[in-house]
Amino acid sequence: MSTAGHGAAVRIEACGKTFADGTRALDPATLDIARGETLVLLGPSGCGKTTMLRIIAGLELPDAGGKVLFDGKDMTSVPIERRNVGMVFQSYALFPNMTVADNIAYGLKIRGVARDERAARVAELVALTNITGLENRRIDQLSGGQRQRVALARAVAIRPGILLLDEPLTALDAALRDRLRTELNRLLRALGITTIYVTHDQAEAMELGDRIVVMRKGAIAQIGAPREVYFVPKDRFVAEFIGAANIVEAPIENGILILPGGRLSIEGGATTANATVMIRPETIRVTNAGTEALSGVVDSVSFIGDRQRIVVSGASSKPLNVDAPNTIQAKVGDRVGLSIAADALRLLPSEP
Amino acid sequence: MSQKSFVWLCLLPLAVVTTAFFLLPMARLVVAGAEGPHGLAGYLAVLTEGRYRATLFNTVLLAAAATVVTLIVATIAGMFLQRHRFPGRAVLIAMLTFPLAFPGVVVGFMIILLAGRQGLIGDLSNRIFGEKFVFAYSIYGLFLGYLYFSIPRVILTIMAAVQKLDVGLEEAARSLGASPWAVQRDVVLPALAPAFVASGAIAFATAMGAFGTAFTLATNIDVLPMLIYTEFTLAANFATSAALSVGLGLITWLILALARTFSGSAVAAAG
Repeated sequence: MSTAGHGAAVRIEACGKTFADGTRALDPATLDIARGETLVLLGPSGCGKTTMLRIIAGLELPDAGGKVLFDGKDMTSVPIERRNVGMVFQSYALFPNMTVADNIAYGLKIRGVARDERAARVAELVALTNITGLENRRIDQLSGGQRQRVALARAVAIRPGILLLDEPLTALDAALRDRLRTELNRLLRALGITTIYVTHDQAEAMELGDRIVVMRKGAIAQIGAPREVYFVPKDRFVAEFIGAANIVEAPIENGILILPGGRLSIEGGATTANATVMIRPETIRVTNAGTEALSGVVDSVSFIGDRQRIVVSGASSKPLNVDAPNTIQAKVGDRVGLSIAADALRLLPSEP
Repeated sequence: MSQKSFVWLCLLPLAVVTTAFFLLPMARLVVAGAEGPHGLAGYLAVLTEGRYRATLFNTVLLAAAATVVTLIVATIAGMFLQRHRFPGRAVLIAMLTFPLAFPGVVVGFMIILLAGRQGLIGDLSNRIFGEKFVFAYSIYGLFLGYLYFSIPRVILTIMAAVQKLDVGLEEAARSLGASPWAVQRDVVLPALAPAFVASGAIAFATAMGAFGTAFTLATNIDVLPMLIYTEFTLAANFATSAALSVGLGLITWLILALARTFSGSAVAAAG
């Protein structure tokens, strides 16, 4: 397909942002995004992810000293209209006074592309985003999912060097969001444009991102591939923000984690008086009491369908969440053994 | 008493007021227009008689010009005031909307103070060019007066519309390569169209019928309300003034209806 494999490499250099009223939205950050990569900026609201996206887009100027480079070219003072970026907004920001086709073709019209060529490009994008037949509809006649597709088609129509998406699925209901996420993923892979995607939803980040930048309070907490961020979180915040995590605080003696309900061997565990350790719920196996070094009492069992969430108290200082297969029979009050592999225990730096 | 008859009973005062003060005088006015020496042809005279037709044309032109200029001035000012925060902004808005409190007579008086024989502009031009520019007592003075009391109404409507404008729309257009001018043309102005029609209609209707300002400035300005006044009080020509009144009402209504239909699609699309 004709749109495949274009895109620019992006570098932001020491880009910080302090607003006029003195609030620091973003600490100076440096980040490289490879050509064709999908990078997800992930974090809770107010973490600076949207500010970073808007700096890359050219909608915000970084504080003095910050630089934005596309393919090595300094774009810091170039306004958004000359950056050739495609942008999808959370509100979609579709033009209500234009039809679907006119919305998609708008960027081409501004660029002076001939009518026939515009029509051909619109037809191509309408097919690609699965909205064939809606070309002459007005925007207020579209559903949320259809609007989202039009917004994406419009952003991609101009063959942008970089595609910027600001929480594009947040306004949709959960079932549609899951479906569109898969579709969006397929589309982004097919287009191969450098993509920067802002979200607060870690499932979205995992599925879509080649790399994830986890942000917190205006600073980058961790950058890494989804697996890396999930399995090897850098700190407690990342561990708890990405997926579910049990955070256990206990002393380590000679590679053994000492818990109220027993002992666990841990990799790379030097002797520490008070270590912080992450254990993912799905890495804990529930067995019969007495067979394991660690045991506890079942506090509650929630059947979710594909699995069950069992809360076990007494094993650690705080109750442990366990994701167990849906076949296991466990009742509240049962004493159970817990088996956890040594490499599933992740030592985190203690919080200052 | 049934629910239904109760509702009808509640509507009774409205019906009485509407009949007594709205329908009856209107009907009387329409009848009076046809009671002159020429009967129903009295209505035709509004269009066929050269003097009346010229006045009608003048009035529509003046009201249209005042509306257009008001919209241009108020849109730029309203957009700026809504989008920028600066010291003195609140005072400026208060000053711009202050004329809402003035009757037409006071506005006319202010125009005379500005551009009359002893006015500021005359004084200034006399010193610079050795000649007094005096235009308060003409249709230009009236035009200025209409601007003066139309701008506040329009500015407030536009400011409210600008506030509701999704900034994302403009950012989206810019990301697609639109220059600031193109953003205004393709995104901002279409989105403001309903506000233009609504506030423009009020400005136009006000300018069509304003009497106080015209009367304060001069009695020989060629606008319809003045003509009705002179026909009625000076010439005691009841039939003609009634016909002219009906004509003024109909034409204003017709032009407003046209404006609404014309912008109808834009209004619907922007909703």
